[in-house]
Amino acid sequence: MHMADALLSPAVGGTLWAASAGTIAYCSSKVRKDIDDSKIPLMGVLGAFIFAAQMINFSIPVTGSSGHLGGGLILTILLGPYAAFLTIASVLVVQALFFADGGLLALGCNIFNLGFFPAFIASPFIYKKIIGNRPTATKISVASVLAAIAGLQMGALSVVLETVSSGISSLPFSTFVAMMLPIHLAIGIVEGLVTASVVSFVYKARPEIMNSALEARPIGNHPVRNIAAVFLAVTVVTGGFVSRFASNNPDGLEWSITKVTGLEELKAPEQGLHVALNALQERIAFLPGYSFRKPDQKTKIEASKPETAPTDQIKQTEQKADDQKNPVATGIAGLVGGTISLGLALLIGYILKRKHRTE
Amino acid sequence: MASIQNAVLDLKNLDLLANGNSAIHRLDARAKVLITLVFILCVVSNNRYELTTLLPFFIFPVVMISLADLPPLFILRKIILLCPFVVAVGIFNPVFDQVILLQIGPLGISGGWISFASILVRSILTVGAAFILVGVTGFTAVCQALERLGMPQVFAVQLLFLYRYIFVLTEESGRASRARELRSCGKKGQGIGSYSSMVGHLLLRTWQRAERIHMAMLARGFTGEFHASRQSRFGASEIRFVLAWSTLFIFLRLQNVSQLLGSLITGLFP
Amino acid sequence: MSHHIVEVKNLRHVYPDGTAALKDVSFIITHGESVGIIGANGAGKSTLLQHLNGCLEPSSGAIHIGHTPLSKGTLPDIRRTIGMVFQDPDDQLFMPTVFDDVAFGPLNLGYTPADVEQRVTDVLELVGAGHLRDKPPYHLSGGEKKRVAIATVLSMSPDILVMDEPTNGLDPFARRQLMKLLRDFKHTRIFTSHDLDMVLELCERVIVLHEGEVWADGPALEIFNNDKLLAECRLEKPFSMQGCPVCRKQKQDIFSESQE
Repeated sequence: MHMADALLSPAVGGTLWAASAGTIAYCSSKVRKDIDDSKIPLMGVLGAFIFAAQMINFSIPVTGSSGHLGGGLILTILLGPYAAFLTIASVLVVQALFFADGGLLALGCNIFNLGFFPAFIASPFIYKKIIGNRPTATKISVASVLAAIAGLQMGALSVVLETVSSGISSLPFSTFVAMMLPIHLAIGIVEGLVTASVVSFVYKARPEIMNSALEARPIGNHPVRNIAAVFLAVTVVTGGFVSRFASNNPDGLEWSITKVTGLEELKAPEQGLHVALNALQERIAFLPGYSFRKPDQKTKIEASKPETAPTDQIKQTEQKADDQKNPVATGIAGLVGGTISLGLALLIGYILKRKHRTE
Repeated sequence: MASIQNAVLDLKNLDLLANGNSAIHRLDARAKVLITLVFILCVVSNNRYELTTLLPFFIFPVVMISLADLPPLFILRKIILLCPFVVAVGIFNPVFDQVILLQIGPLGISGGWISFASILVRSILTVGAAFILVGVTGFTAVCQALERLGMPQVFAVQLLFLYRYIFVLTEESGRASRARELRSCGKKGQGIGSYSSMVGHLLLRTWQRAERIHMAMLARGFTGEFHASRQSRFGASEIRFVLAWSTLFIFLRLQNVSQLLGSLITGLFP
Repeated sequence: MSHHIVEVKNLRHVYPDGTAALKDVSFIITHGESVGIIGANGAGKSTLLQHLNGCLEPSSGAIHIGHTPLSKGTLPDIRRTIGMVFQDPDDQLFMPTVFDDVAFGPLNLGYTPADVEQRVTDVLELVGAGHLRDKPPYHLSGGEKKRVAIATVLSMSPDILVMDEPTNGLDPFARRQLMKLLRDFKHTRIFTSHDLDMVLELCERVIVLHEGEVWADGPALEIFNNDKLLAECRLEKPFSMQGCPVCRKQKQDIFSESQE
């Protein structure tokens, strides 16, 4: 359930990037201050352990499928929230760079979805509350399953919200939720059981590890409150800043460019720049996600009709801009041009490569 | 298991690519990280029905692959294994969005299909950009660049440790996993019972390894600080690189080059 | 020069679970000596080594390195004096590249970048790993890793080298190369190993540990000729001192002559 660049708008991606970066900064300073330096290699190898553990599968009876360790919850149990959050984030960075899991912009979302909920919500409010100071096998199992389910449900819901508010996908909110939550309920149960079994094993073999993790209460009694405050502040600031122009413009990029160059004020002749710019502004008003499709499946068909109006308008404006009165021609021109530009790109690459070789 | 093993192998190969010595490889890693981010932002900021605007952006991956002499097929193979989540979510667009946006003769193409195609193209471009970044820079250099761009040192060190021990630990768990497979017939013996003790043992060994590494660090005078050893410079060629590409990306983002080219051609041959 | 003396007095170590890994260990190693510490599995070799640079604290007894007692306060100095090479080079090589790893120690000691650069270059040349400088450790072979691990320690210019199982897991060629390298060092050297042939070739003195105690301490040849002692301690003669498998002739006399 990795979020991906392709489904994200820059506003949503950027906000969560800032939020995750803020949390990483906060956790880093916490780890630096509060945790002894033997944890530094431990965090690193436990991150690698998550990769390694995912190579080992077990067969789930009846279903014929197989499961493996997820990661977020067990890391939090072993390392405590701050170190665990950094470790989860580092695993996701490697996945984004090497395994095509999501992409770089979506990294912020992924770190938040898969790191924040297990480390700062599910573990302190569910797992620790249940096992208390004297863990038993039953307590560990119940706590792990419930915490894993809760963490994954929150993560899944967050994926849905991010996708829907980005507006690249047409999936309505309700349908998407109805798909994601049951799947992640199943995943959560499996992850919880696996986590419980591994944690129980470690607890039997080397109780001092678990005990030290239990004792490693974060300094300052309200880790979640602090982290939530940091997170909220960052989100409000970036979210507010981004959505300021995101609510009028899709990405702020055009906004800043028109501002910087002052092109907006230019009164150009009837064609050329002015028309192109007009088209541009029309396109700006046509915004993915914010004024677009209502996240309600039932009203979809009715809603889609009035909403196509701006689309047609834009198409027409573009046609004007391209001096083509015929929509078919516009479409074809776009396709032909796209193919040509793709071909040109490849040709340039080929030439560069040849030149490179001969040098 | 095989998939992660392959992935780790790919990881090694991708990292080896970064040992190249092209002009692109020699650039300061910060320049490459920055331009990759600008590229991704320009790509994803297109609205969802935009397909033709996206195509000219292929110039970036293509030129980078050529200049840095990366193996195009290797990169392509990695990109084509698109994130399944993207496809799974994207495929609903044609279902929910059936308004015809484009008529080509009798064939009507709905907005859903266009936006689905747009999602796939975005995915290829953004994922490709990430691979190329690693291929021309290397993971270590990317981390160091991020650190110099303001990422906390604790996190940079965490990334480096993680990356270093992925290779060691995946080999270890691969061995354990094979050993179990050889002694279990079919599905028997692959259940959760043997699983948890195996993963548990792996975890304990990992823990002990961390303790030994810490000892090795202490033995060499570690006091909690990591000292930077090498510096590279953000010089004129880096500035040129970043400026030239950003200008191009912003131009491509604001001007539908495909449309312009297309109207030129269709205008010439009506 | 007194820096190079290692003195262990009545060292005892009991692990938290109650196992007494070291019961009463005493010895003195003087400047420039090359000493092999041998013993069966579980004899206490690794525990002893971990005491030498303060990774473990003695339950009782004391360790002096060059007349300085080992304690929390003297630990940084002592760790600089003693270069410890771990058994598994993967534990020791944790930085992204060979260069960074070899530079890790000197940077922690506060040398200037130029100085560090010089040191790294020198020790990598010394161990014959100059060409590996920019490689990440996971691309190295076993023998290369071992030599780089030694370089990471040499770059801090220690007076005493302590090595745990240096030839473990090496192919014959890499083992030979490594032994050649180790023989040329002028440092005080302490090895633990099950590779008794290596001990015979590199060490003039051998300390035999058995069940946490020193059972013998003397010239290598003398100890390896004491069949009774070796059998008691679950050891045996190095292969090079055993009979030739083809002609069954005892090589012992020939060997001791050639040594002198």
